[in-house]
Amino acid sequence: MKIKDTLENYVFVLPAVLIFTIFYIVPFLWVFQLSRFEWDGIMPTKVFVGMSNFIEIVTQDKSWWQAMWNAGYITIIALTLQNIFAFLLAMACDREIRLKNYYRLIFFIPPVLSEIVVGMVWRYVINDIDGANMINRMLSAIGLSGWTQHWLYDPKTALTTVALVHCWKGFGWGFLIFLAGLQTIPRELYEAARVDGANAWHSFKNITVPLMIPVTVLVAILTVLGTMQAFVLIIGLVGGEVGGYTSVPVLRILASMRGSSRFGYACAQGLTFGVVLMAISFIQYQFSRKFRQT
Amino acid sequence: MKSTAYYTTKKIALNTLIHLFLISVSITCLFPLFWMISSSLKTQETIFTDMSLFPHEFHFENYYLAWQEGGFGRYFLNSIFYTVSVVVGIVIISSMAAYAFSRFRFPGRGILFSVFMVAMMIPIPGSFVALYVLLNKLHLRNTPVGYILCMINVGLSTSIFLLKTFFDKMPKELEDAARIDGCSKMGIWWHVALPLAKPVLAVVVVFNALNVWNEYVLALIIFDSKPLMPLQVALQTFQGEFITKYPLLMAGLTITALPIIIVYILMQKYIVKGVTQGALVG
Repeated sequence: MKIKDTLENYVFVLPAVLIFTIFYIVPFLWVFQLSRFEWDGIMPTKVFVGMSNFIEIVTQDKSWWQAMWNAGYITIIALTLQNIFAFLLAMACDREIRLKNYYRLIFFIPPVLSEIVVGMVWRYVINDIDGANMINRMLSAIGLSGWTQHWLYDPKTALTTVALVHCWKGFGWGFLIFLAGLQTIPRELYEAARVDGANAWHSFKNITVPLMIPVTVLVAILTVLGTMQAFVLIIGLVGGEVGGYTSVPVLRILASMRGSSRFGYACAQGLTFGVVLMAISFIQYQFSRKFRQT
Repeated sequence: MKSTAYYTTKKIALNTLIHLFLISVSITCLFPLFWMISSSLKTQETIFTDMSLFPHEFHFENYYLAWQEGGFGRYFLNSIFYTVSVVVGIVIISSMAAYAFSRFRFPGRGILFSVFMVAMMIPIPGSFVALYVLLNKLHLRNTPVGYILCMINVGLSTSIFLLKTFFDKMPKELEDAARIDGCSKMGIWWHVALPLAKPVLAVVVVFNALNVWNEYVLALIIFDSKPLMPLQVALQTFQGEFITKYPLLMAGLTITALPIIIVYILMQKYIVKGVTQGALVG
């Protein structure tokens, strides 16, 4: 009876464990194993090359580090511009203000759309056909025709344009989490501060900011993880790497796999990237802990 | 002492400024989407010359052409099929596991649960390479089953987490009563626990549905044959082949985006909950 009972318990978790083992744990371990082979993905024989894939990434693969730098650039813009913007909007909506729910509804529309849709729609809005580029039309309309650009195809502006569209898609998500965070701050604190003669800036600095640090750290970590790994938006927006100007690490991994059929190398790139991401999150987390103690 | 009128004026001015800010952001959010819909109703000749948001004549036949000739009808049904299958799979599998993790005591329970949770936090950016190899070996690549199983796995951890958190807080009295009445464990899970978990199941359903509908990279590497592709991947191939047919492309984009927007507006509450709770996991 006891044994039958225990077996029944396992029946409940069995489907989940099976699927998880086959489609998560096995591939996870394979990434480690494959990263030390040179393999085209088809041939039955793999050539063991030890750590040479990793050595190649670190010492020779310029395009990989270019991609890493590009992703870092987009991430810095997302961390600052997108999150400051999201925070300001959350502050604006965290008060007695009419239409609050409609604003919230609208701001979260870009995040629920797929990256492909967002990329392709924006590609169309800022296309290269004369007189049909909406951004250039608006710039001309307000007398800044000197600022018009081939936003997506000029190497100078392509990456920044990608970053800005990324922020357009992502700010609503940060806004929602910031707003949820702001709403957990008890109103009484602000009331008490006002009675004590604090002005709006004082309450912001001494109540809102300290209490929002955990939420901000969370948003920062998730922004870094999400933005560093973003790539589908770039496929939708410019079709891919465009000679490296808009290349990011995951696009490089995809290119190693599908373009040059180097499966082992692609896995090594994935691992390297995973380690970098974990390190960044860890540093951010440690930094925030230190910051909170002082 | 300043008068009340001063403060009222100041407050109105501030609120107006805030509204102006919020409204301009809202317009920035909505404009590309209106532009997409408006362009999908123009013709190839007018699409780059007619810059009006409301075109003079509505060419609804673009939708018919996209649906029929562009193949979006097929891709749409594929996306629906994958989304429904994955969501049903996730709901059944993750609610069973979460229920067991919450209610039963058995050896390995703690370890198994923490493995699921740790998996949520470790980023493995190159995992699709290994998944491709795995599916090839299992002869599941370029099959709907392969894609559906992969996508069930993607949603599993978060769903188990959300459901277990809910079950942990749910009172056990009804389940105890059912047990005394001689109901089996499976029976209690299906007839008692699941109906009580409806609020959190809604979050799990909506969240995973959005996720599957919007998924791109796995579909890209798994499917070679066009008739099996979901919308997101098909859009990309459509753009490659019919680069000049912009109105049809815009109609295709609208067909892809509109269901998501409608579901989002109807299910707003659950999505917001999913985002805020899902974020707190990390």
